[in-house]
Formats: sequence, structure tokens, C-alpha cells
Amino acid sequence: MATLLEVENLRTQFETSAGTVRAVDGVSYNVEEGETVGIVGESGCGKSVGALSVLRLIPNPPGRVVGGSIRFRGEDLLAMSDEKLHAVRGGQIAMVFQEPMTSLNPVLTIGLQLCETMQFHLKLSHEQARLRAVELLGMVGISEPGRRLDQYPHHLSGGMRQRVMIALAMSCKPKLIIADEPTTALDVTIQAQILELMKDLTKRFGVALIVITHNLGVVARYADRVNVMYAGRIVESGTAADIYHRPMHPYTLGLLRSVPRMDRPRGEKLIPIDGQPPDLTREITGCAYRPRCSFATERCAREDPALEEIGPGHRSACFERNRLARVLKVAS
Amino acid sequence: MSAAPASSQHPLLEVKNLRMHFPVTEGVMFRKVVATVKAVDDVSFSLRAGETLGLVGESGCGKTTTGRCILQLERPTAGEIIFEGEDLAKLDRKGLVAKRERMQVIFQDPYSSLNPRMKVGSIIGEPMKVHGILPDAKQRRERVAELLSVCGLNPKFMDRYPHEMSGGQRQRVGIARALALNPQFIVCDEAVSALDVSIQAQVINLLEDLRDKFNLSYLFIAHDLSVVRHLCHRVAVMYLGKLVEVAESDELFDHPKHPYTKALLEAVPIPDPTVEKGRVHRIMQGEVPSPMNPPSGCVFHPRCPIAVDSCKHEVPQARELRPGHWVACPRV
Repeated sequence: MATLLEVENLRTQFETSAGTVRAVDGVSYNVEEGETVGIVGESGCGKSVGALSVLRLIPNPPGRVVGGSIRFRGEDLLAMSDEKLHAVRGGQIAMVFQEPMTSLNPVLTIGLQLCETMQFHLKLSHEQARLRAVELLGMVGISEPGRRLDQYPHHLSGGMRQRVMIALAMSCKPKLIIADEPTTALDVTIQAQILELMKDLTKRFGVALIVITHNLGVVARYADRVNVMYAGRIVESGTAADIYHRPMHPYTLGLLRSVPRMDRPRGEKLIPIDGQPPDLTREITGCAYRPRCSFATERCAREDPALEEIGPGHRSACFERNRLARVLKVAS
Repeated sequence: MSAAPASSQHPLLEVKNLRMHFPVTEGVMFRKVVATVKAVDDVSFSLRAGETLGLVGESGCGKTTTGRCILQLERPTAGEIIFEGEDLAKLDRKGLVAKRERMQVIFQDPYSSLNPRMKVGSIIGEPMKVHGILPDAKQRRERVAELLSVCGLNPKFMDRYPHEMSGGQRQRVGIARALALNPQFIVCDEAVSALDVSIQAQVINLLEDLRDKFNLSYLFIAHDLSVVRHLCHRVAVMYLGKLVEVAESDELFDHPKHPYTKALLEAVPIPDPTVEKGRVHRIMQGEVPSPMNPPSGCVFHPRCPIAVDSCKHEVPQARELRPGHWVACPRV
């Protein structure tokens, strides 16, 4: 499989009254054609900003991509002319946002929003676009698609709106869809419907998918590979099995231990991560996770651990990963 | 649903045939009622001292309204709420104020539920002031300091404003405020839903510790079933204003009977890719109908995989399948 997206040493910062926030601070990862990559982490870890940076959607000011490169099928998106980027954005790379209420235009009909995109990217006539819009709405499981075209977003429920967003994302036959917390605002049964729909469509049409979420269960169910982010960096990446069964970073382990699981005996005590994530306006020396880490040593305060390959496709940014692995082995 | 208490022990709280119907009006000058939303429709359950009852269901199922009715933040349309032997719905204002000392609430959003213009010390001290407990300001400060440290916060935080704190810290302030009057019973309305997983685990553990320390009873309203399973002794499942199933936690999660409960449990992803691969993903179709125009008979019948013709006409009555396990479905 060919590499579709290569993000290298991406750095995005925001200028605020409190100082410069290093929201994304040197992130590198690849997405292969047709695969699903999960990006997990807690609020403020830079997972959304990292994804928005890919499509140059960071509002400037206050935000700015200050370094790195993002190559999509070999072309650098950061260096591309605006005109060329417009053809990629919404065309070859589409986006599904968290809030279907705010990401659809409330004063335009569903049909108009779908057709506009296709007329621009696929150069379809209005009639052709409407025909394809009906087909797309049917494909994402919306009943009476013909009638829905003339409805407004407020006529639809949250789950239906998210289906429209997915139809919109699929409309121009993209190679990559970036879904930023696509189901966080939805109820659990609707969440399952939407995730299954996205999985079916991406597999059927060979579309690569980046799913950004804080829900470890969603990633376990759908992602082929996972990037775990903390304080603007990727601290661990690997296959879903690596991350969940052989975590090699204390933060990953901390996340896994702090969620209650339906398949474990009830009454097992949760092991939370002490403390708070760091303030990203301050310069961090050493490992950003050190103040909350039970494996931290003196070296972690001085040196910044790099993300290193520790197995096929498995990377970790931790000096103490071997000690962590031993502890886990003893525990199991 | 008329679920009797699971034990013969005298319950702390008994909710009997609770109904909360909201009128839907039209017109500005001449308002007329055009419909009613049956947010809560004939709900009965009980809660023992020291017990945590989970109330789960999807958005709009009436779980929050049930909590608000119990606290008399909403005056119910019909039904009884017997707390410590007295029917709250029949109490006058003065009687209610006295009872409110014994029951408190923790809200979902730690941002909007704390007054941004008040310092943390005044936020936590205010209930004591209102109820005339510790009229002496110095004593009150001491008590606030004690409450802060019980909730894992530095007593120095009492001179801070909410905006100077993180979401998790604010939620601890909300909990300290709820504890200020030594209540017996606390309604936790999505109390951990807005928090990141590592912080959520800290707050869940705090709620557990406080429950053991002060023998508190919680009505834990939530949509996250993994958290509910972890924290609750018993669970009640709501759908469109009605209770569909009530049972002890282990019983409900291991042997769910109602088709809605089953679908809900199957929709929850488990943070383990191996477990997920082995699971059958039956996705429940359709969405929750509008409570303004609920389906006839069993409200769940349009989405139910085992519905038969009679479900369209007959409102199912609750049956006790095993001691303490109540189900409102004749087909299981």
C-alpha cells in the first residue's frame, strides 16, 4: 500500500495574551491508503489542531503553522498555492466535524450544501449534482432522500445531520477523510450507527480515515493504527493491538487504567493519573509527562525523550519503557 | 413502572408514579397549548440509604427531568416523591427549604454551574449561609477549608475564582458545595461526563470515597454505561419517559432482558481491540421518536427487534422476573 499522507515534524502555535501556546510541537506520522488511524488524547493535547493544520484550517491570527511539512500524495500542502489547496480541501481530503449543528450552514438547504461542493470539485451540472446528492443521502441511510434535499439542517436530528456531513465528505470521492470527534455529541446507539456507516463506506470505497477521539473504546473498535498524543506530541504509536495489549508509554497505560471497562469484574478500583496536563504556554524541559509519571527518573527532567522505533511499526517516547514493560510482564 | 423496593428495609427515597408533562404552546399574545411533552411518564423506583442507583438512557429520555422533579426544581404534574418519610410534592416552601438541606445536586457542566463572579470560598460557603449553619464567618471558612481538602483540593483555592481552575478542579468545587450541608442524598446529573478520562477517574474515585465515608446515597444520572456499571449498585434504564428495566448492576449488565437495554449495552465499545473483534455488532436501527408524539402501546416498538403486533396497542406492565429484576416487556 502506498503512503497517502506524511506529516513531518509539524509545529502549530497560537499567540495569546498569556503567551505562545505550543499546541502541536513536533508531530510526525504517516497514513497509508485505505487505513484507519485513530488519534487519541485528552482535551488540549493538540489532536484537533494537528488535524486542522493538515488542511490549513488554523485561523491566522492567532494560530500559525510554524514548522514541518505535510505531504499528501507527494505534494506539500503547506507550500501549495491557495488555489491548488482549494481543489484538495473538500475534494481529495474531506472533513467531518464534531458538531453537526454548527458545521452545516443553518440557512442553506441540505441539497444546496451538497450540490455546491460537487459542482465545484467534480464540475457537475446542477441537475447531475442533485441526482448524485439523492444517491449519496440514500447511501448514508437517510430516508426519502429526494425530499430531504429541500430541508434545512434544523429539520434533522443530530444523528441525521452527522449522516449528511458524511454524505458531504464522501461526495467528491475523497482519498482521505479526517473525522474530528465525529460521534462525541451523539447518543451511544446513534454513535454505533454512525461509526458502522463510516467503517462500511471507507472500506467499500478504499478511503483512508483519521479518527480523532478521546474515546478509547471507539479507537479499539475501528482503528488499524493508533497515535497517542500528550501535550502537543505523539508519545506512542502502533497498531491497535500494540497500544492496548503492549503499551510502552506510561501515559498510554495510565489512560487504559483510568477507564472503567464493561468486560472486567465490577468493583475493580480505577487507577487515575494524578495531577493535570501541563500549561503549554510554558517552556517544558524534559518529558512533558514527567510530573504525572510514576516511572520518572532524574533523566526525564533533563532530557526530552524522542519518539523511537521499538518494534515493527511501534514507537514510544519514553526512556523508562523497558522498566514499564517488565512491570507489566510481572503484573500479568 | 411500579418497581417495588428490592429490600424490605425502609427506603430513603421513594418515587411513585411520577409524571412530568410540559405544555408546548403556540402564539405570542394568545398562548394556547398545542401539545404536551411527556418527559416523565409513570416512573416509580426507590433508593435505600447508602445505595447508588444509576439512571441511564439517551438524550431526551427524561432522566434529568426525573432528577429535577425529585429535588423539586420542577413541580411534577403527578406522583409522589417520598423522601425520609415525607411527600416533597406536598410540602410548602418552608418545609421544602428544610428538606433541601438533606438533598443536594452535582451538575454536569463545571463551567456554567459555578458563579463566575464568586470566589470558591463563597460558592461553597453560601449553602451554609442560606441555611443558617455556621453563621460565624471564621468558622465557615474553616469548614470550607475542610471541605476543599476532603475533595482533594488545596484549601488555598478558596480565594480563587472558578476561571482560575481546570475543569476537574471545578467539578471538585461543585462536589464540595454539595457536601457543605452534610446531605444524605445527592443527585449526580452527568457529574463526570464533561471531564477527560484521566480526570474523570479521579472524580469517580472521589465520589466513591465520599459515599463510603459519609454513607451517602446517589442518584447517578449518566449516559456512559461503563461508568454507571462501575459506580452503581442498582441501575434503572429509561426510554422516552418510561422505565424499561430495573435490576442490580451485576444482574442488569450480565443478564439484560429488555431489548432496549440489550441494544444499549451492545453499542458500548470496549477499549480492547481483541475483545471488539470477537463481538457481534448488531446495530439498533432508527432514532428515538419525539416525546411530543410518542408511539402507541410500547414506546419502544418501532425500533424493537422482537416486537409483535400486540406491542403497538398494549402498554407493557412491569414484571418482576427475579427478585429485584423488573422488566417492562411481555416478550422476555
